[in-house]
Amino acid sequence: MSDNRDKEQGLGNESSAGAGGGAGAGLGVGTGTVASTHQRRTPAPPAGRLIDSPPFPAAAARLIGNQTLRANMRHATHTIRAKRAKVAAELPNWEQLRQAGAQIKDRLGRHLDYYLEQLEANLIANGAQVHWAADADEANRIIIELVKAQDVDEVVKIKSMVTQEIEMNEALEAAGIAAWETDLAELIVQLGHDRPSNILVPAIHRNRDEVREIFLREMKLYGKPAPEDLDNEPAHLAAAARAHLREKFLRAKVAISGANFCVADTGTLVIVESEGNGRMCLTLPDVLISVTGIEKLVPTVEDLEVMLQLLPRSSTGERMNPYTSMWTGVTPGDGPQEVHVVLLDNGRSRVLADPEGRAALRCIRCAACMHSCPVYERVGGHAYGSVYPGPIGAILSPQLRGINDAVDKSLPFASTLCGACAEVCPVKIPIPDILVHLRHRIVEEVKRKHLGLERFLMGVAGWAMARGRRFGRLGKLAGVARRLTGREYLRRLPGPAHNWTRARDLRMPPKQSFRSWWKKEHG
Amino acid sequence: MPDKPKITPKVAIFATCINDVMFPETVIATVQLLERLGCTVEFPVEQSCCGQMFTNTGYFREGLGCVRSYVEAFSGYEYIVGPSGSCVTAVRDQHPMLAAQSGDAGLAAAVDDVVRHSYELTEFLCDVLEVEDVGAVFAHKVTYHLTCHSLRFARLGERPLRLMSKVRGLELIELEGFDQCCGFGGTFCVKNPDVSADMASCKAGYAVDTGAEYLVSLDNACLLNIGGVLHRAGSSLKPIHLAEILACGEGGL
Amino acid sequence: MAETTGKERILAAVRAALSDVTVDDPVLDSPIDWQYGQATAVEQVLALFIERVEDYKAVVLSAATAAEIPQLIADCLQQAQATTVVVPPGLEPAWTTTAELDGLRILRDDPPLDKLELDGVSAVITAAAVGMAETGTIALDHRADQGRRIISLLPDTHICIIRRDQICTDVPQATARLAAAIRDKQPITWISGPSATSDIELSRVEGVHGPRNLYVLIAP
Repeated sequence: MSDNRDKEQGLGNESSAGAGGGAGAGLGVGTGTVASTHQRRTPAPPAGRLIDSPPFPAAAARLIGNQTLRANMRHATHTIRAKRAKVAAELPNWEQLRQAGAQIKDRLGRHLDYYLEQLEANLIANGAQVHWAADADEANRIIIELVKAQDVDEVVKIKSMVTQEIEMNEALEAAGIAAWETDLAELIVQLGHDRPSNILVPAIHRNRDEVREIFLREMKLYGKPAPEDLDNEPAHLAAAARAHLREKFLRAKVAISGANFCVADTGTLVIVESEGNGRMCLTLPDVLISVTGIEKLVPTVEDLEVMLQLLPRSSTGERMNPYTSMWTGVTPGDGPQEVHVVLLDNGRSRVLADPEGRAALRCIRCAACMHSCPVYERVGGHAYGSVYPGPIGAILSPQLRGINDAVDKSLPFASTLCGACAEVCPVKIPIPDILVHLRHRIVEEVKRKHLGLERFLMGVAGWAMARGRRFGRLGKLAGVARRLTGREYLRRLPGPAHNWTRARDLRMPPKQSFRSWWKKEHG
Repeated sequence: MPDKPKITPKVAIFATCINDVMFPETVIATVQLLERLGCTVEFPVEQSCCGQMFTNTGYFREGLGCVRSYVEAFSGYEYIVGPSGSCVTAVRDQHPMLAAQSGDAGLAAAVDDVVRHSYELTEFLCDVLEVEDVGAVFAHKVTYHLTCHSLRFARLGERPLRLMSKVRGLELIELEGFDQCCGFGGTFCVKNPDVSADMASCKAGYAVDTGAEYLVSLDNACLLNIGGVLHRAGSSLKPIHLAEILACGEGGL
Repeated sequence: MAETTGKERILAAVRAALSDVTVDDPVLDSPIDWQYGQATAVEQVLALFIERVEDYKAVVLSAATAAEIPQLIADCLQQAQATTVVVPPGLEPAWTTTAELDGLRILRDDPPLDKLELDGVSAVITAAAVGMAETGTIALDHRADQGRRIISLLPDTHICIIRRDQICTDVPQATARLAAAIRDKQPITWISGPSATSDIELSRVEGVHGPRNLYVLIAP
């Protein structure tokens, strides 16, 4: 692996702060175990809650100096970015597809109450049981009850963003139930006592050597050990995961999944995956519990023809993912004979209430925005202090959680507004517009509470810029500054401007502004 | 032979605040270029700034003065031309939103009108004057950074490349990651200094690797950022706005 | 006062959030500019299907006549070094005759086999419902000639027989053909090549949990 380290170090980069810990170590926390009174069944994740993460700039400053992480992230994002671009360009009607995708999700969102009731009715008619959860606690309570009713102490699960959002694994662990991740990357994260850093490839921050170490160290503690002579070949690592998980699949009575799409007019749930771990979970156990955000619906079966073209091309950069499973309630004699669906709000109705911000609910969790983002590429998902990282995380997490905590107030500012995300989004979420909208909401909130330097400076600048002639007169001061310093460039500035000169010089304005030149030449 | 402009209208120049104070040479070059092509250029003094710094940082109310001054300065002009993909984008994409938020219906209507007449320089050259060869001579190696706003918001497409391809003597060297953001991002560079600096240094590094003499772009804000890194590193690579290249005649810079 | 249910609270919150939506009919309120079920123009559907399935490193074989199918299946099984084979109850019995002569153990999933039993089976033979050329995808609707979902999942080799007339152009056309089965509450599985992962450094590895070998046999 040397191809991904080229040109990593830019020119004159002396800004990077200290070199964080291991690539995957979460922020501000080691791999310490959560204090508990019972013997844990599953590997302990990093201590602490995501919502208590440091604000983005502080987290980013720590992570950006980690060279292993940088190399892993750069290689991964650039690879998948190119794959996406190639397969998206293959379809002549890609732009029409994106437009249709956006419109389907808008129709759904604008009439969500109608489609939720339709979905519920169809699920019940097809033998499924439907549960409604307003928040994470309610969802976890429902799930724990359903699992305990089966008299089992373990479940297998399919990678699902929503179960991470509600921190289901830890809730189950606290109830004495082991939740085994079966997606390869989630397995790497779980066995690595780590947190996911990407919604598509949760272990995107890990390289093959790290994966080998984790498998050798941890698999034996939780089931079938990794072969002692395991090397770092991805095929051999995948084979070790296959062997480790097969006994868990065959043993499991209960599986837990999310859903990529829930078709309202038929009551059909859809899971899109690659490895077959999804099919295992959806087919082998007796009981299936699917947890889904209320925004994951689509109105009709026909809408799938749009979504199933957009999602694989945008996420893994494939024409089609290896496996897509659809099931409609209970199929007699085939697969789980007890099927539950948990419909989760957990802040979604709050997002829906903001007409400017609600387009974030169109998201189909493809991760294309992350892979296209130059900020995400440099710091990875852990910097975002949220289950949803990258550009979509910067607009979705603060809205879902409410903009109360320091990390959520920092996320909408974690973007240069370069627009690369909006260009690749398969459902055309105007991410830069929503970022700006949320910045406005945050600023308005701050204004109500205190004055602050930034607000003062913005107020003064706004006053200065409001009149052209006023601006012209003040502009002359810049020329004066140039005469006083006598320098073409400044190397060091005080206050917040220090953040500029830490890494670069500041060109000084020339003695004469354009306005003065014009007055002399044309005035 | 340079292309003959289809029309030679009266043009109001939108200098933009950063160019007015920090990069007057860019606006002067724009004026000279447009005059050379036969246009009559005016500079309405009531103009100030596109207000993007305020809007993008969340200070909508503070940015409203810029919207009003833009309307006051440019209302009634058929062609308003600015040498910045970023500032013209801010006018086109954000002024209507700010005006609508202000609840001032008269302002909103005035904004809608003035926005329709606002052009980025290369749009005006290629779409209105319908010229590509503007008679420029620039016998240097250059590399080109597509700024985010020129590329993804103003959607200038091939226009800058078409103009550059007709400049006599100009040798264009492709910049690796040419469509990647330079990390400036307005107040992003002070709010997220570590990521911003890393992006800028990465961009500067690729630019130096081309071996070009000039780094050309359509936004001086980006060049201020990349140029600051180049200056600190003691690089001889010089940032330059495309308008200055297009304004160059036989005498060179 | 009776306690409100989770459902009532969530629906009330959703309705309150949508107070700006004044048109009740979703279709009138939110138009979708899309012609459903329209195939894009493709000249050589069959050739494209073969190319795209092979792209996923699946093996594609074509039978010129129905009589060739049993031998081709036997060849695939031999190549995959299969010893036991599961077949769905509705599979064409003639298809396995050659394999039986070769001495392979053929298990009919009727009565349904236990999952531990299936875990030891080396191959499965199924028919298919629809093929998609554009994406190289096969869809199963798990009717009698394709069987329960589990039988095409646990064995390491899947031999899938698809008729030419089942192969359509692309996802929209396939979705239109499959809609009836979905409305009949049939489970559906779309298969595009063998199982795969790119979870380690984005480097693609064929074969994780699902069948690691996929043979697609095109029947007349």
